[in-house]
Amino acid sequence: MKKNNAVLLSTPYLLWMAAFTLIPLGVVCYYALTDPATGAFSLRNLRDLGMYLPVLWQSIVYSLAAAAICLVLGYPVAYYIAQCGQTAQKLLYMLVMLPMCMSFLLRTLAWVGLLQDTGIINTLLGKLGIGPLRLIRTPGAVILGMVYNYLPYMILPLYSIIVKIDRRLIEAAEDLGCNGVQVFGRVILPLSVPGILSGLTMVFVPSVSTFYISQKLGGTDTVLIGDVIERQFKQGNNPNLGAALSLVLMVLVFVCTGIMNRFGGDSEEGGVIV
Amino acid sequence: MKRANRFITILIFIFLYIPMAVLIVASFNTGKDITQFQGFTLNQYARLFQDSGLLKLLGNSLIVSVLASFIATAFGTVAAVGIHNLNPRMRKAAMTLTNIPMTNPDIVTGVSLSLLFVFVGTQLLGQRNSLTFWTLLIAHITFNLPYVILNVMPKLKQMDSSLTDAAMDLGCTHVQAFFKVTLHEIMPGIVSGAIMAFTMSLDDFVISYFVSGLDFVTLPVEIYSYTKKPLHPKIYAMFTLLFLLILVLMVAMNLIQLYADKKKTASHRAGM
Amino acid sequence: MEFDGERILDGINLYFNDHEFLTLLGPSGCGKTTTLRIIGGFLTPTSGTVTFDGKVINDLPPYKRQINTVFQRYALFPHLDVYDNIAFGLKVAKLPKDEIHRRVNEMLEIVSLKGYENRSIDSLSGGQQQRVAIARALVNQPKVLLLDEPLAALDLRLRKDMQNELKRIQRSTGITFIYVTHDQEEALSMSDTVVVMDKGRIQQIGRPEDIYNEPKNAFVADFIGESNILDGVMLSDYKVRFFGRVFDCVDAGFNPNEPVDVVIRPEDIDIVPANQGHLVGTVTGITFKGLNYDIIVEFKGFKWLIQTTDYHSVGSVIGIRLNPEDIHIMHKSEYSGLFGDYSSYSAEYDELTEDAEDEEE
Repeated sequence: MKKNNAVLLSTPYLLWMAAFTLIPLGVVCYYALTDPATGAFSLRNLRDLGMYLPVLWQSIVYSLAAAAICLVLGYPVAYYIAQCGQTAQKLLYMLVMLPMCMSFLLRTLAWVGLLQDTGIINTLLGKLGIGPLRLIRTPGAVILGMVYNYLPYMILPLYSIIVKIDRRLIEAAEDLGCNGVQVFGRVILPLSVPGILSGLTMVFVPSVSTFYISQKLGGTDTVLIGDVIERQFKQGNNPNLGAALSLVLMVLVFVCTGIMNRFGGDSEEGGVIV
Repeated sequence: MKRANRFITILIFIFLYIPMAVLIVASFNTGKDITQFQGFTLNQYARLFQDSGLLKLLGNSLIVSVLASFIATAFGTVAAVGIHNLNPRMRKAAMTLTNIPMTNPDIVTGVSLSLLFVFVGTQLLGQRNSLTFWTLLIAHITFNLPYVILNVMPKLKQMDSSLTDAAMDLGCTHVQAFFKVTLHEIMPGIVSGAIMAFTMSLDDFVISYFVSGLDFVTLPVEIYSYTKKPLHPKIYAMFTLLFLLILVLMVAMNLIQLYADKKKTASHRAGM
Repeated sequence: MEFDGERILDGINLYFNDHEFLTLLGPSGCGKTTTLRIIGGFLTPTSGTVTFDGKVINDLPPYKRQINTVFQRYALFPHLDVYDNIAFGLKVAKLPKDEIHRRVNEMLEIVSLKGYENRSIDSLSGGQQQRVAIARALVNQPKVLLLDEPLAALDLRLRKDMQNELKRIQRSTGITFIYVTHDQEEALSMSDTVVVMDKGRIQQIGRPEDIYNEPKNAFVADFIGESNILDGVMLSDYKVRFFGRVFDCVDAGFNPNEPVDVVIRPEDIDIVPANQGHLVGTVTGITFKGLNYDIIVEFKGFKWLIQTTDYHSVGSVIGIRLNPEDIHIMHKSEYSGLFGDYSSYSAEYDELTEDAEDEEE
């Protein structure tokens, strides 16, 4: 009887999710495999993908760089927050969350104001007699935008893993003769691997698929795969090619998360933020 | 080491908050240029409240996010209870399905939904304009549902399953047991799921950008289309107000939680 | 009863009488909790029937049964205070306010929790939570109360007190108690009837004294108290041979020359000087247990456990005498040869005690 209730309660949801996640992916495949002009079956879109390999490669490189930088910057922050008192932890956690709730479009625009040739940073540098430097429309600016926008996605999962590490394990390691650095290297770091992996995934996935950041902070040579997809749909009017590119992006992301999950073990909790 | 971490943490927080500070400062600027502060004024706020177009867009955003998060919370909570009681194999399948929109890049979710809506609308229903308020709402409910499920499921897992047995033992039907016992136990998960769904919905740009039509546009989508030309500073004023609103909400939530925790430990001590 | 394709209960045939204190006793995983959940209505048996007052109630949901349960870890509702927890069932039944008030107060009196009405569940000690759980079930005046290891989470002293308390409540209310435990001492001291279960089957049903004195097979003999279990041959009625010697006993009705299991309780064995004994053995180990010593004595390569109040040093040679009523004869069963051998005494015995303690935590 309980089983029947469970099926009864979950079926509408499963149908909804199937209708609006699985079937759309099927439609993407359908578009990817049809000719834009005639609507007949065609492999042309897939053949055209070859042109975009350099763009795809560039997206992966930028996103990996952003994820790595986020890890390096985010780990000390997560570690520091986890060591604070209860109230301070809550406050700092909130401060990390807060930017995520604010419009990322406007926050990225603020960076334009900061970085542009006549922007705030260059004005300040000018007063010191430096510059003006070319900050905007560089690969560095794009990666900065990614790091800035997705750093909280690194800090939060790291924090929630580190804060759960049993204090007694650290004491046990010290008892067994580890100094501070060894405690970190042999106990804390290995135990935070699940957080590192989920943080890396959560930074990599939105970075590799972004188009807004590269449009605002990048130049003509920093086009990413997301830009190309957006253009196919909104300007180029070739949704079929866009569908094929989306398919590529999706496969890429699933391969990445697959690899992460393999090393990260239980994925059921890894993806949850907050 | 702790001091070094503290130093890095401070720098990172400065890094995170500088762009927002820039926007807030710009909202008080007499000039239009974000990079040059010409003088202090509150005019932008006055202009914001006179701009019915902008307020309507904000209203649109609120309508979609409130509706979508409300529906997703009710629907998702019921579904989570169902999934929780499924056999392990079915449960795993359901969670995999739930994780698809979470792992898929937003752009893929947006593109795939938009293709579905266009395909069904134009090819099957013969509509000329298939992207409407309803497609936007469906898309928002779809990406909100996983947040609700993933927040409610752990609470169900944590809950002592004999509590519902006890309720039924004492005369409750399944439905009564859910409302009298289960709901109280999983309420924190429902609330955090709802809040997350709401903020995700309110702030969503990428998915909305692909699935919204011309007749119903949300604020982020409109802001994106503005950005070809320089933004009007009244947008910064709106940002500042939203920032304050969210700040107040978050602080309030934390204080409530802190108060509840304190009360709990206090009564715990009294019992010792 | 099958669960996820696995057979959990097999051929359970149980009758419960009114006003009885009946205990289901067995090791963890023996099916006692499953039995209880079937009675409570939380599980539906795949075959067989559950009847109550002559009516089949297989498909009757828990909320329609005149049965209430005290759950293993109490399952008190954390969002309600003591009063509201106890009143829960009455409120669901929509009884008038003043009657609810009267009955809850009556119940608080019975479980000695007057004055705790508005306390939150979190602020109660384990023993107090236990009382609330009992009150919450009893206030509905069920015909049958099911108790699933209700004392398992309490420490030893509190457990003893609560045993007496439960027994008192059962006598004064006259409600049938069906009690599940893995603690044999608890089962023997509280129950009118004990049902010993293992591997989803009932091994023996009887009064506590009968179960202890006349175990039906090696499992029961070993699970209830300590036992030395030996291979023997029933020569004829009242004559059994083991260790190459014929003993008088009080059992009859076996086939001539039937191989049997012979049970001898460690506390029934009389120690005598070596030259007066039926059997002579060497002491190989001794452990002080407070009330008595547990000594391990080797007879021709077999080790027995004997409980004695006298000290016998390791290496000393002693004799033992066995009276006919100390020798219990059982038919051979699937458990023969698995229990009642103390050859590896020290290690195994300690391990078992530790396990039992862990379970009780």
